[in-house]
Amino acid sequence: MSRNLILGACLSSLVLLAALVSFVWTPYDYAALNIPEKLQPPNAEHLFGTDHFGRDMFSMIMVGARTSIAVALVAVGIGMALGVPLGLAAAARKGSWLDEVIMRGNDLVFAFPSLVIAILITAVFGAGAINAIIAIGIFNIPVFARITRGAALSLWEREFILAARVSGKGAARISVEHILPNVANLLIVQGTIQFSLGILAEAGLSYVGLGAQPPTPSWGRMLADAQTMVSFAPHLALIPGLAIIITVLGLNLLGDGLRDWLDPRIRVARA
Amino acid sequence: MTKQVFRSFASVLAVSASLFATQVWAKSDITIAMQLEPPHLDPTSAAAQAIDSVVYTNIFEGLTRFMGDGSVVPGLAESWEISDDGKVYTFKLHDGVTFHDGNTMDAEDVKFSLDRARSEDSANAQKALFDGIESVEVVDPLTVKVTLSEPNGNFLFNLAWGDAVIVASESIENIKTNPVGTGAFTFGEWVQGDSITLNRNPDYWGDQPALETATFKFISDPTAAFAAMMAEDIDVFDNFPAPENLPQFEADPRFQVLVGSTEGETILSTNNKMPPFDDIMVRQALAHAIDRQAIIDGAMFGYGTPIGTHFAPHNPAYVDLTGNSSYDPKKAAKLLADAGYADGFDTTLHLPPPSYARRGGEIVAAQLAEVGIQAEIINVEWAQWLETVFKGKDFGLTIVSHTEPMDIGIYARPDYYFQYDSTDFQALMDTLNSTTDPEERTRLMGEAQRLISSDYVNGYLFQLAKLGVAKAGVQGLWTNAPTAAIDLTQISWSE
Repeated sequence: MSRNLILGACLSSLVLLAALVSFVWTPYDYAALNIPEKLQPPNAEHLFGTDHFGRDMFSMIMVGARTSIAVALVAVGIGMALGVPLGLAAAARKGSWLDEVIMRGNDLVFAFPSLVIAILITAVFGAGAINAIIAIGIFNIPVFARITRGAALSLWEREFILAARVSGKGAARISVEHILPNVANLLIVQGTIQFSLGILAEAGLSYVGLGAQPPTPSWGRMLADAQTMVSFAPHLALIPGLAIIITVLGLNLLGDGLRDWLDPRIRVARA
Repeated sequence: MTKQVFRSFASVLAVSASLFATQVWAKSDITIAMQLEPPHLDPTSAAAQAIDSVVYTNIFEGLTRFMGDGSVVPGLAESWEISDDGKVYTFKLHDGVTFHDGNTMDAEDVKFSLDRARSEDSANAQKALFDGIESVEVVDPLTVKVTLSEPNGNFLFNLAWGDAVIVASESIENIKTNPVGTGAFTFGEWVQGDSITLNRNPDYWGDQPALETATFKFISDPTAAFAAMMAEDIDVFDNFPAPENLPQFEADPRFQVLVGSTEGETILSTNNKMPPFDDIMVRQALAHAIDRQAIIDGAMFGYGTPIGTHFAPHNPAYVDLTGNSSYDPKKAAKLLADAGYADGFDTTLHLPPPSYARRGGEIVAAQLAEVGIQAEIINVEWAQWLETVFKGKDFGLTIVSHTEPMDIGIYARPDYYFQYDSTDFQALMDTLNSTTDPEERTRLMGEAQRLISSDYVNGYLFQLAKLGVAKAGVQGLWTNAPTAAIDLTQISWSE
């Protein structure tokens, strides 16, 4: 295993752990205001200090991890659940009208800047975590559809697929039984990368006020709230910023490492 | 050839000499930033405060005007006489006043302006100001007689509003983009989304102002506001949007900070017609669930005065009723239980963009949650707020600052967005409007304050502070904001 993989896995599990622990325990109630204690720098009592309402930053970061992960995870889930079958179908019917419709539909979604459309969706249907998930999810569909189709196309030429066809299996069954397991490693790697992009997108939407609504903590909104206070309480911006960086960096390293680890060609070369 | 070179050289010299000259004399231009850009420049057909901030007393003037301390003094009217029954006001106008387009301002223009404001199809945002006017007669070019149906002790005050300024029939058509008034400044240029420039009016009837040009710049983002001020790109920020940054300006010798009061009663507006808020016990519970000081400290960093009713604390007629709705979550919970909401209930909390609302809303929601009321925060832009809350009345709670001066009269309008319908209060307002005796008026205003406080119409939070930031050398700025205005005529640079 590469160093990248180990470091990435460590950082990612750290964030995941924080999110999971926050369900059962946080040092303080993340929503409890304590205005006399506001704007404390990091100290022994409040590890990450307190924000402008005197809320404990450490607890907010933990619960914020939950928000980020939940939004990104569901968004990637939507992308996979819809994108993968579309990609498989397009590959199975290569060159047909179905292939054309699916791939041109993908191009259409790709042609729009994703964050702008996400802003449009949340602006029209209202701000909130659910709409942010849908907006980010929609842009994951073509990513997975393309990856799946590309990989599946080359597999369709292979002998073992021919054997399956000869034995009388239909296109749908071959796709699920033979193609899908062979593209799974690609999807896992891409899923990790998309997951980190999803976290960034969630932070971006929250930053402009279109993500999770208060009092649910969100790293992006914590950054936005901190903006006017950077000059006298820099920890308010630094800590959520670092949380985003660590998460995205961890997931990217993890994705890279997984690719190296799962890709047979690279594995052979290493051996 | 040589001659030409010499000539251009000479003109360069002349230009640099004049540049040098302006540096030696006091600065005569100023850049003033404000948060919102006006939608247009007609103060007589919209409620937007940003319009008045730019044009009030600068471009347009009324018969009377507000001063920075809130007093009402003569404006275009030199003097007036009030008949013994208090119904007939005879105004003597200033002689020699002209509009910026050269037309003379006379009694016909006054009649035109007042008739236009009170007409059936008038778009005036404060039509109630002109309600009692029965007729406006031109006696001679410099005398106007206004007859009221009933005596109105507030009439001279009403005429000082930006909504009552004198406009001319000749230039009314393009007033929204090219305002032509009688003021000390003429409209220069409007770069949409950026700035509006005003120039000194050399033909002004009154004293010439010290400033030659003034630029109003629109900076809505608090972070950008802080950066622009620190970089000295702007000379004055009329009402600084981020109270948390004020200590930094105070500590910096380059700047002065002017903390004053506005007419903005910041309230937790409650939809009095929507269950469960139609129950006075629920509204009372709401009032006791809120800790005002925490909101002032948390949302405004300590700037603001707690209020217990819809009235400005700096007004002599103000009655301190904060004790009537003191912070007492136990009492609030008990009241809720008595009203049949022992387990609390769900409602919505619409929050417009200013930080007093967004931050205050988070605190209010947390405080309400303590007594079991789950208020879902819905952040909205101003346009959306006007549409859903103000016009649509589709809301449970909202936080907003009512910045019009002496606006307790809105409680007498049952169709106003918080929908308080009390015949007692409406009768009280009728009596107040027809009373001229100052002592009796003070007593009636006190009674009105007590009535809305004991009816718990809205949650009364705090009086919005005016947080002006300016370069150290700027003089003559209004500390308080008795009305939305940036009075350029008084502003100058010290040496």
